[in-house]
Amino acid sequence: MSALQAFFAMGGYAIYVWPAYALFFIVLIADTIAPGVRRRRVLRELRARLARQSVRQNRNSPAPPSP
Amino acid sequence: MNRPGVATACAAMLRRDLTLAWRRRGDIAMPVLYALIVTMLFPFALGPEDTLLQRIAGGVVLVTVLLAMLLALDAMFSSDIEDGSLEQLVLAPQPLALMLGMKILAHWLTTALPLIVIAPLLAAMLHLPGAVIPVLLLALLLATPLLSLLGAVLVALTAGTRRSGMLLALMLLPLCMPAVIFAAGAVAAAQQGLPWLAPIAWLAAALVLAVVLAPLACAAALRIALDA
Amino acid sequence: MSSWIPLWLHKLGSPPTFYRFAGTLRPWAMGLALLLGAIALYGGLVLAPADYQQGDAYRIIFIHVPSAWMSMFIYAVMGVASFIALVWRIKLAEVVAMESAPIGAAFTFITLVTGSLWGKPMWGTWWTWDARLTSELVLLFLYLGVIGLYHAFEDRRQGARAAAFLAIIGIINVPIVHFSVNWWNTLHQGSTVNIFGKSKMSWDMLWPLLTMMLATKFYYVASLFNRVRTDLLALEGGKDWVRKIAEDEAKS
Repeated sequence: MSALQAFFAMGGYAIYVWPAYALFFIVLIADTIAPGVRRRRVLRELRARLARQSVRQNRNSPAPPSP
Repeated sequence: MNRPGVATACAAMLRRDLTLAWRRRGDIAMPVLYALIVTMLFPFALGPEDTLLQRIAGGVVLVTVLLAMLLALDAMFSSDIEDGSLEQLVLAPQPLALMLGMKILAHWLTTALPLIVIAPLLAAMLHLPGAVIPVLLLALLLATPLLSLLGAVLVALTAGTRRSGMLLALMLLPLCMPAVIFAAGAVAAAQQGLPWLAPIAWLAAALVLAVVLAPLACAAALRIALDA
Repeated sequence: MSSWIPLWLHKLGSPPTFYRFAGTLRPWAMGLALLLGAIALYGGLVLAPADYQQGDAYRIIFIHVPSAWMSMFIYAVMGVASFIALVWRIKLAEVVAMESAPIGAAFTFITLVTGSLWGKPMWGTWWTWDARLTSELVLLFLYLGVIGLYHAFEDRRQGARAAAFLAIIGIINVPIVHFSVNWWNTLHQGSTVNIFGKSKMSWDMLWPLLTMMLATKFYYVASLFNRVRTDLLALEGGKDWVRKIAEDEAKS
């Protein structure tokens, strides 16, 4: 157990070493997630635009004969 | 067709810009007033202690002049973009870089020159020793055209955008840092009785480079920014 | 005009082909980055001995120095891509240059903060106006300027070209800044900080550092591909291949 404790203590420098590593991972994880979020938004907007376009086209073209 | 020569076009460009600036004399006074106010605030903030003010005087005057120029930089091409005359200039047969060089010269004459004229007053307000003032003026004479030239390239890049004030400052900071370092270094060296020629020579070299390259870069930037 | 460029490179330059190519390569790059990163962290945090002068605080080096290398490497990539974008007007080069900027800014930010966290126990201060630190700060401002200019334009491609021009100006500027700050430091006799000194690093410390450097390179490739793919979708919104992707993703 003490070996693990010593590892986390980092020879007394824990308050400098671990925040540095935490920041490194937080920034890079944020950098990885951000494009995915944007990608979903872009595709959603594109789908909405396509849906609007098809509605407009259906309205302009003569309605199909109803049975 | 009889095209006017390049020299005639340059003179006309310069005369036009100076006339326009003269019609709005109030705008010329603004940076000067700004520099005066900022310099006046320093003794109030730091205390009227002679030795402290003397130590910071050179740097304060330089930074104040830089900020005052930044204030006026935004307007370098804005009125010409609004009335479309800049697009005319891009289409004109005369070399665009040369015409822009003339515009930059006119801008320097109307904003930086008044600031250099009152710089001795600003320095005296902060008790800068009289012997150092010529070096300060020399440093300003070399650093302000450098800032005008570099600033012009960035203003040309932002020509197609709406909001550019803060962005311009952000983009100019890394570019103007060497100029500030060498100009302030020359003043500090002169104040300590050390040789100050080396930083002045570096500034002069940078200015020569900028005079040749910046108008070309400015023209290229303007073509990119106005290309719709 | 382009007979000397191989055909496959031409094909790769077209957005749909690159989209697919990046999609296949990205998981591999990310996997390699994670694997190498894990090995480097184990080697650096567990296996490497403590430094006889700095104790365990030196272990920040394993993220600080690779990040610093990446901050400069990415700027170089951005500069080259900007040059290609301006000269040959290739859309893909514009996208690569503009999507590199946020990653580079992220690495520069990491470098500054980890350097500061390392500096506090070692030099007793969070920040000194040393030439290397100041140049890194200026680099961050250059990145922010490029990002800011890109987003200031309403037309994306025009913004990309203007920002690419600024990136090239920045490349010329970086050595000038470094030189002037060096000169300024000698003038003011400031605190000259020497992190690496003359002491040679032992192999136990060097290999995790080099492995981490490779890991960050692969991470950059993965992140860049991810961003470029998204940007291509946004730019080519009207094209058929993007519609197909949008419809396919709605179904799944």
